[in-house]
Amino acid sequence: MKKIIFLIFISNLVFSQKKDIVEESFEVNGVCKMCKARIEKTAFKQKGVKNAEWDINNHLLTVLYDKSKLNIYQIHRSIAKVGHDTSEEQAPDEIYDNLPMCCLYNRNELKKGKQ
Amino acid sequence: MKTILSILNLLLISNILIAQGNIEGQIFSKSSENLTPLSGVNIYWLSTSKGTISNEDGKFSISSNSNTNKLILSFLGFQTDTLLVENQSNISHVMKESNLGELDEIEITERRKSLQRSYLSAQNITKISSEELLKAACCNLSESFETNPSIDINFSDALTGTKQINMLGLSSPYIMMTQENIPFVRGASQVYGLTFTPGPWIESIQVTKGTGSVVNGFESIVGQINAELKKPSLSNPFFLNAFASVNGRREFNFHYNKTLTQKFSLGVYGHTSQRNIVTDNNDDGFLDMPKTRQINLLKRLQYTDAENGFVGFLSLRFLNDTKRSGETTFNGRSNNLNLSSWGSEIFTQRVDASLKIGYVFPLITYQSIGFQSAYSKHNQESFFGVRDYNISHESYYSNLIFNSIITNTKHKFKTGLNFSRDIYSENIDTDLYNRKDDVFGMFFEYAYDNLENLNLVAGLRLDNHNNIGTFLSPRFHLRYQKNGTPTIFRISVGQGRKVGNIFAENQNIFASNRTIQIFPSNGSIYGLKPEIAWNYGLSITRNFNLFNRSADIILDFYNTTFLNQVVADFEKLQYIQFYNLTGKSFSKSFQIELNYKASNYVSTRIAYKNENVKVSYRDGFKRKPLRPYSRFFFNIEYNTVNAVGKGWRNDFTYNIIGKQRVPANLLYLNGFVASSYNIINFQTAKVFSPKFELYLGAENLLNVRQKNPIIAADNPFGRNFDASLVYAPVFGTFFYSGIRFNLN
Repeated sequence: MKKIIFLIFISNLVFSQKKDIVEESFEVNGVCKMCKARIEKTAFKQKGVKNAEWDINNHLLTVLYDKSKLNIYQIHRSIAKVGHDTSEEQAPDEIYDNLPMCCLYNRNELKKGKQ
Repeated sequence: MKTILSILNLLLISNILIAQGNIEGQIFSKSSENLTPLSGVNIYWLSTSKGTISNEDGKFSISSNSNTNKLILSFLGFQTDTLLVENQSNISHVMKESNLGELDEIEITERRKSLQRSYLSAQNITKISSEELLKAACCNLSESFETNPSIDINFSDALTGTKQINMLGLSSPYIMMTQENIPFVRGASQVYGLTFTPGPWIESIQVTKGTGSVVNGFESIVGQINAELKKPSLSNPFFLNAFASVNGRREFNFHYNKTLTQKFSLGVYGHTSQRNIVTDNNDDGFLDMPKTRQINLLKRLQYTDAENGFVGFLSLRFLNDTKRSGETTFNGRSNNLNLSSWGSEIFTQRVDASLKIGYVFPLITYQSIGFQSAYSKHNQESFFGVRDYNISHESYYSNLIFNSIITNTKHKFKTGLNFSRDIYSENIDTDLYNRKDDVFGMFFEYAYDNLENLNLVAGLRLDNHNNIGTFLSPRFHLRYQKNGTPTIFRISVGQGRKVGNIFAENQNIFASNRTIQIFPSNGSIYGLKPEIAWNYGLSITRNFNLFNRSADIILDFYNTTFLNQVVADFEKLQYIQFYNLTGKSFSKSFQIELNYKASNYVSTRIAYKNENVKVSYRDGFKRKPLRPYSRFFFNIEYNTVNAVGKGWRNDFTYNIIGKQRVPANLLYLNGFVASSYNIINFQTAKVFSPKFELYLGAENLLNVRQKNPIIAADNPFGRNFDASLVYAPVFGTFFYSGIRFNLN
């Protein structure tokens, strides 16, 4: 009996996942491991984000999220709000200025890329 | 209207794309921790002649191409990369060196990133790479741990020369041994099983110190050792290895790998080894090392369908192993009917089949299902003097694992079901022991990662065993690193249990004429109850810089406490007694290890270990015999093998094996404490090219040998004959050499 319940539990999990899950990558400016933690944690805080990984080398944030729960711009906005410029959204200056020294990325870098 | 709009939209986008025109980027190479710009890299669009070269700053600019979005980056000495360029105008890319020795490893890191995170994992895992395995003299899994201070090697007896491994003061039955995560060295193969996996088959080994994961079963008490074998799709098509040592051991290995179709690849691995010369350096009339012959064949079929997320493995394996030991005059049982000499033969045949299937859900890559199943039949026929011991063990194992997340990948879980069946049939002379173990189990393991400084794994499994009942096994691991500090703390707690296969696990008793006594205590395995133990551990790792080179220091404290144990008691002269523990039994282990890379070529490892293993025997609470109280370890490697795959690889290992208690025997009626001794091993390899290398080495350079490893060797049929009390090498210095040949 336990096993049957267990199987039902598993199959439930498997079939309940039929959502609009998509993966997208975009640029987020940052420098160090602290930035990485801040960016990823912020992305994870958004309801519907399943996975977030920021690549310290190419500055790409890859998010796996449920389209029916939020859109990509909400993720851009949330990350800009904690001080990191994204390819779509600028971080407020006062928040950028309050980042720890090691996190102060070059703000021109991303703009140059967008030309 | 909508469609028109979206078409317009598309047109607009493509316009923008074309209007963008140029794609710019910068290319780097990674040396240790720093990124340095890489100039001279060829950059071109797939199947076109349009290309450019990166400048001194690693920067480049290339006009976009309407036919393809695949950008190729290639540079001599580096792996060629293909980038998918979509809507990006600025590319920053790190290229990897294609050092042939490392190529396999790099690919694997990419494939199974999560498994490689030993630095970040909650468990205390050390990965032994195939390169590290080359340092060992030879040639099978039991000999693969010589450069790992966490694992101690001792000889099971003075006759078979079988090496047994110990971790945290306890021997291999308490360590869960798996091969590609399927339980492997257990039951009937417990003592000799490690010699049944040839070294060249091994791609890497993961050693987990402390209690293991609940996924693989309830048996891991002090740790888990998992051996990953070479994968046909990633290995060289052709590999040849020959080895010879002056003590007469010859080995030959042959690998063949072929990609059959895009999805299927096949690997056929063959191994033979033999040793048939007579050596008796200590003049006791007995062979110092057995005469052996082994044939080992493995065939594996790998299926990879990356697009649809399916992977599979089918492996078939056949083994035939013969060991003959005893007096030098012994020439087979049929020529020895009058018992003119003492001899022993162990003949093992084994068949293994395993199937693994994995499915990763498309898009939701964090979710997967895995199924493993394995069948093995192990048959050992043996005699030791006049005593016969035969065991056949048929085993079926299956495990279904489901991986997924709770809300997001910070919260992962694994859950699943196990079923296993083991059918044992044993006899010692005319005493028969038959047993069937059926186990149904289910498990749930939760993993949390806060992405910053803390991750933990908490697991619980419930098992129903037809002979020992229904029970829970909890396991917990935690890793913490305070922000901005280089110190990592790990703690682990877990309970494990196992049934004691008293004869199969203690085959050294047959290398003596001790009388076997079992004191039953109402249990159902030889009248004995199962073994249950808690394992607690604390491990601290600190990274630092010494003279601008990276170093790390590791402190490990582990404690294993038995709630119940099957005690193998060698304390009484002429007897071996088995009974359940009535008092205390524990194993406390402390280790300090320092790793330092002194230059690009030189790396060193120094370790000191103290182990306190005590058991309540019938005649008192004592240290477990034949366990060193301490060990000092030093290893230095000088490796000049360059990116082209040429150079020297030298390796020197120095061990001080501490004092050991030796139980009562004919020579020391009250037992004694054997003093410590030093072991030095050395190996040098000349790597001519990635295809060909020659190696030469010496083991036990100081020629340390145990005096009288066989007690009462002059009267091998008498009651005091005993070859089971081995605390130092039986064989002195020996030299060996070999070649490795790879074809790409």
